[in-house]
Amino acid sequence: MKNENLYNYILGIADNSLILGQRLGELTGHGPSLETDIACTNISLDLFGQVRSYYQYAAKIAGDNRTEDDIAMLRKEREYVNVLLVEQPNTNFAYTMARQFLFDVYHLLFLQELQKSKDLTLSAIANKSIKEVSYHLRFSSDWIKRLGDGTEVSHQKMQDAIDGLWTYTDELFHQAEADIAMVSEGIGVDVTKLKEAYYNKVNAVLEESTLQIPESKWFQKGGKKGIHTEHLGYLLAELQYMQRAYPNMEW
Amino acid sequence: MSEEQIKNLETQFEARIARDEKIEPKDWMPEKYRKTHIRQMSQHAHSEIVGMLPEGNWITRAPSLRRKVALLAKVQDEAGHGLYLYSACETLGVSREELYEQLHSGKAKYSSIFNYPTVTWADMGAVGWLVDGAAIINQVPLCNTSYGPYARAMVRVCKEESFHQRQGYEIMIKLTNGTPEQKELAQDALNRWWWPSLMMLGPTDAESIHTEQSMKWKLKRKSNDDLRQQFIDQTVPQAELIGLTIPDADLKWNEERQSYDFGEINWDEFWQVVKGHGPMNKERMKARVGAWEEGEWVRDAAMAYAQKKQERKQKQAI
Repeated sequence: MKNENLYNYILGIADNSLILGQRLGELTGHGPSLETDIACTNISLDLFGQVRSYYQYAAKIAGDNRTEDDIAMLRKEREYVNVLLVEQPNTNFAYTMARQFLFDVYHLLFLQELQKSKDLTLSAIANKSIKEVSYHLRFSSDWIKRLGDGTEVSHQKMQDAIDGLWTYTDELFHQAEADIAMVSEGIGVDVTKLKEAYYNKVNAVLEESTLQIPESKWFQKGGKKGIHTEHLGYLLAELQYMQRAYPNMEW
Repeated sequence: MSEEQIKNLETQFEARIARDEKIEPKDWMPEKYRKTHIRQMSQHAHSEIVGMLPEGNWITRAPSLRRKVALLAKVQDEAGHGLYLYSACETLGVSREELYEQLHSGKAKYSSIFNYPTVTWADMGAVGWLVDGAAIINQVPLCNTSYGPYARAMVRVCKEESFHQRQGYEIMIKLTNGTPEQKELAQDALNRWWWPSLMMLGPTDAESIHTEQSMKWKLKRKSNDDLRQQFIDQTVPQAELIGLTIPDADLKWNEERQSYDFGEINWDEFWQVVKGHGPMNKERMKARVGAWEEGEWVRDAAMAYAQKKQERKQKQAI
């Protein structure tokens, strides 16, 4: 492939939205209220919409006959390069919202930079996605506050969720090979530079929500190299089921 | 109020409906009108909410990104329908919590069709095509029903339902244009959903208890049997067009009636499902009750937070 770095770079962005969208899709019809159900489904929809734009672009760059669905559903588990954070399960609503929030803060900062990319397609996708992701962040931040500063029970559950997911935050700022190459060409975002703004924002919301900022300095990584937690395999089994069971068909 | 005064109000009320005027929430209405509307609208709202489950069942396994997005949007629309139908009920002085309570305790009913399982992807096509198709036939006349909030909600619901119906049919088209295995999936789904879809239009007129009063209030404009016939006449050519066979050996065009004759519906099965013994009744309720109970701490937190926020605001004002 001529443009392998760009291809891999796009996957690095899009896989996060794919896996998070899939996780949210699991919840449709099972939310704590009709309003949250609608909102989570909506966020999932936004993310899949973004995924389609990215993968369609990636398919074009690959230049063979692969389609957005081949990219989404026919890779092996080691070929997905999403961060570990987004594949974490919907343990409870606190986890779902904490995962969303910890990703949204990053996602918005990332897209604001991607908008400046020399690559016009990526810049356009970022531009369109920013509006959606600003809403996601507002929604998830509001829930961090409601649950953090709600009842004793909700406070404890939200604290547990933040503590549980904190270990996956640092990976957001690691660079894969393709990232480094794309940054040097003015196409990619230097994620290392987003770290400070990220923790500032996250910490401010946690403080406002009366939550403790976790002190742990031990972080997990591997997603960007395709080494995932055990959760991902099951998610992929569902995601890929139809394409594997009924190969080479149109739907 | 004297008996005579009430009688007067009732006469005026019936006259308004006869003139096709809309009844609005603050208008005087007979208690029976209010109760009947709460029952029907909430049953409709519950059907939307429970109906999210059989389709939600395939979101994570949709075969393509395009289908996944469409399915998510569809199930989200259903949640939206539930939301405005519950709101319409609230205009008659009943809270959403009370209505949920009725659903969860089994006191309120929802459309029995959702007590059947969605076992293959083709069911997403069949449900859209047949179940939404039957729902539209039931619901279009309600856009002109007498109760204003219900009529207005139904205008929007019907627009979206008809989009869903086309989307479901399009899934079936794609399957029947596909491989033999895909065609088999489509035929199998039609075989399983056909009869329950016919049952969805309600018991035969002879056994339907609410029809007469509902007709008068324009909650119903055609009888169940008429609606069923309309559904069959409309759907059979659609099946033929894509090479599917309706699973009814007695189905035959009747030249004289300009309609299809069709076979006997298994009403024992219908009543079994209505009474709570369909394949998925218990699972559907378990999912609804489970979501509600597991969500309690979340709703409590939201209330507590809103109250704290309010108190802080008041303190600041002082």
